[in-house]
Amino acid sequence: MTQADLNLTTIFPLIFLTVWACTLLLIDLSIPGRRKGVTALLAAAGLGLALGFTLAQTGRQETGFGGMVVLDGFSIFVNALLLVSGILGIALSYGYVKRMGLERGEYYTLLLFSVTGMMLMAQAADLIVVFLALELLSIPLYVLAAFARPKPESEEAGLKYFLLGAFATGFVVYGTALVFGATGSTNLIAIVNKVGIPSDGTVNLLLLALGSALILVGLGFKVAVVPFHMWTPDVYQGAPSAVTAFMSSGAKIAGFAALLRVFATAFPAIAADMTGVFWALAALTMVLGNLIAIAQTNIKRLLAYSSIAHAGYILMAFVPYGNPEVAPVSIAAGLFYLVAYAITNFGAWGVVIALERETGKGLELNDYAGLARKQPLHAAAMAIFMLSLIGLPPTIGLVGKFYLFRAVIAGGFTGLAIIGVLTSLVSAYYYLRVIVIMYMREGEPETERESFLDLTTIVTAVATVVISLVPQFLFAWASSAVLKLF
Amino acid sequence: MVPINYYIVLSAILFTIGALGVLVRRNALIIFMSIELMLNAANLAMVAFSSVLQSFSGQIFVFFVIAVAAAEVAVGLALIVEIFKSKRSIDVDQISSLKG
Repeated sequence: MTQADLNLTTIFPLIFLTVWACTLLLIDLSIPGRRKGVTALLAAAGLGLALGFTLAQTGRQETGFGGMVVLDGFSIFVNALLLVSGILGIALSYGYVKRMGLERGEYYTLLLFSVTGMMLMAQAADLIVVFLALELLSIPLYVLAAFARPKPESEEAGLKYFLLGAFATGFVVYGTALVFGATGSTNLIAIVNKVGIPSDGTVNLLLLALGSALILVGLGFKVAVVPFHMWTPDVYQGAPSAVTAFMSSGAKIAGFAALLRVFATAFPAIAADMTGVFWALAALTMVLGNLIAIAQTNIKRLLAYSSIAHAGYILMAFVPYGNPEVAPVSIAAGLFYLVAYAITNFGAWGVVIALERETGKGLELNDYAGLARKQPLHAAAMAIFMLSLIGLPPTIGLVGKFYLFRAVIAGGFTGLAIIGVLTSLVSAYYYLRVIVIMYMREGEPETERESFLDLTTIVTAVATVVISLVPQFLFAWASSAVLKLF
Repeated sequence: MVPINYYIVLSAILFTIGALGVLVRRNALIIFMSIELMLNAANLAMVAFSSVLQSFSGQIFVFFVIAVAAAEVAVGLALIVEIFKSKRSIDVDQISSLKG
């Protein structure tokens, strides 16, 4: 392999982040226990620098490592989003881990490694790299989910996440093996070249469809699509809230990025078979996620089911992926929705973290009673996030849903869009209930005021509103990002 | 030479046994072993395809899977030991404080 094939600069932000995380592990040894905040700041600085390097790559369109990784507009868009998620994750963790007695340096290192894995996922152009990235993002998250040991809930969350995550990996690996058997390659471009030739006879389409279905199952576990969602509520509830905030956004973004890359690049030949599958999964996820969320009284579980429901909405973007007319618009709408979901989700978890007590109290919906009187700022921010999750103005959630439904209708799937609108109506019930409890009931909630936490909540709340007023910039960026994918 | 189909059928059987094991068994360690069985079923299929297709990338993939599975074992066993310390049991039915 020559130097040109290697093209190390394509993954420079990843290399940088890996080196930074390893160095941080060493530096952390010399930082005394009560000043671990320094580690957090250093980790955030590393993410910030990596974000700069990523944005500096804008406009490049290259492959590296002999075609195993790819750098294009799509990967830059997703990587920038992931790095911002990492920074927000650290901002939410900063005071939280101190308060909960979890402040250990490896927390931030693990978070950095996980972000690295997520970014690699967005750049993967080979099923081997997809697998590797999937593990690199998951293994640190298993540890982070169990980080509050010996608290039984956290340990349980870690074990459940681990067992089901490893189970899902098994599906991805077996699916990859079958795809390899059918096409003779694990490279996405080589696969599509091989499959693209009709009536060749060398490609076993049954094997290919089976393999891609198994990969879909595996990645479906990661992004919490019904019926592969059983782990989500338990893990989101048991894991430390700051970890959940990061994992619910980051893992979802990365998982959808990989799904997109794999299905849009490598498997357009079986699009006709997969569209129905995606349709059913999206509908099922939206309906079940929203219906079960109604019954929840714990805010963490409520947000977990909300996260499942939103996976369903994002999955809508995949349904017309085989139609070259609509696919770019619908994928761009999906990316936009991911951004909207990530921002809103981080903000909502920020408020949850502010109300959570060391004793594990403050997580029931009734604990939010009277929040509007006691902490008007938190209550107003939470109200904005809830409106955004429903998809009501003046929030980014509305714009995201608008783009998404428009694209799906343009693809000829009006029925699915109707299911989406109806389930959004259902979701209004449980999201509005949070607002009603905050504003109309009397209570004495206790909140934590931490500068980074408050800053994150305010920034995400402002972004939720402001981006909804001028969404065309972000949508234009998302559209240009997916242009080269097809 | 043994035909490729035999290998693939064997690997499919192993994979199914592994997947069923995860769903049916209640001991965290045995679930974990079942997951390893699934991964190794995939490895077998990969190597078999690799030899038929005269392509090395399948075997390279197997190396990756083995290495990553080892990393997963380290984290998984640590979690199981940690839970055993506090609960004195690794039965997943007893590890169910989270419900709703």
